[in-house]
Amino acid sequence: MNEFVSLAVTQADALKSGLGSVGYGLAAIGPGIGIGYLVGQSVQAMARQPEMAGNVRTTMFLGIAFAEALALIGFVLKFI
Amino acid sequence: MIPVLADLLPNVNELFEYKGFFGQHQWYEFNKTAALAFVSTIICIGLFYVGSRKRAMVPGGLQNVAEIGYETVEQQIAVEVMGPENGRKWAPFLATLFFWIFFINIWSTFPFIYFPATSRIAIPIYLALQTWVIFIFVGFKHQGLGYFRNVIPSGVPGPLLILVVPIEIISKYFIRPFSLAVRLFANMTAGHVLLAIFCIMTSELVIHHNSGIWQIPLGILPFFALIAMTGFEFLVAVLQSYIFTILTAVYVNESLHAEH
Repeated sequence: MNEFVSLAVTQADALKSGLGSVGYGLAAIGPGIGIGYLVGQSVQAMARQPEMAGNVRTTMFLGIAFAEALALIGFVLKFI
Repeated sequence: MIPVLADLLPNVNELFEYKGFFGQHQWYEFNKTAALAFVSTIICIGLFYVGSRKRAMVPGGLQNVAEIGYETVEQQIAVEVMGPENGRKWAPFLATLFFWIFFINIWSTFPFIYFPATSRIAIPIYLALQTWVIFIFVGFKHQGLGYFRNVIPSGVPGPLLILVVPIEIISKYFIRPFSLAVRLFANMTAGHVLLAIFCIMTSELVIHHNSGIWQIPLGILPFFALIAMTGFEFLVAVLQSYIFTILTAVYVNESLHAEH
């Protein structure tokens, strides 16, 4: 009986330590979609008007930074 | 399964905490993080001091490197975001920020010293606080007390303002410095942890093959991943310094121009 209880406790600890990774995985869905859409739209904009490519590229990096920050906050919270 | 893995992988804090070279447990403890920050400062000061001693019309050597670096920051970051005259005024500050963060970040892929000092939260928090104070102070200086009226965007109908104004306040004055600090910190920390994991995998398979000699050929997989991640980590180091600088430029530019 006692070894079943201790086995359940070990399994619960393992589950708790893995929950951070599951949290990060869920947090990375949104920024993944967001960054993919953003870069796709900026590639299309650069193809439509090649002389604005520099401007569009700068704004693309800005948008990527904002979207990626959310994924990274999720990564950091795994260790807290 | 878990106790075996606990022997294999050390606690993740051991990757980031270093004992001081001197002055342990005092306030002046000097460990690897502080040493790398100091070395990067000396490199920045040395590069631009030595690069600006000869005033040759056609630059060559170190003067060329310093001029290319400064002009890239001035044209691509300062003038593009803030316009010609404001860009030239703010280019020295932005170039300092860019080169300091750049020289700190690239130690994360340098042989014998694989450690980015920005992966300890002190330096990103300091830089984010500095940017925050600067863009609020510049807003006050240029727009007086009407600076706080910028949280009310134009063209928003009346009753919607009760929702929009708190969101704008939180987004502008709280989330911006927090996200600046966490973006730089988390990118560097994540890269460092990934490199360490692939190193440990390769060394466990190739050097201490605890389960038999057949593990050595399998070590080629984490080795290639390590090479790829080192290249990616260098790209992330350069990109994060660029993004921090350009976001600082965008926030200061927003303070310099009245919204409406």
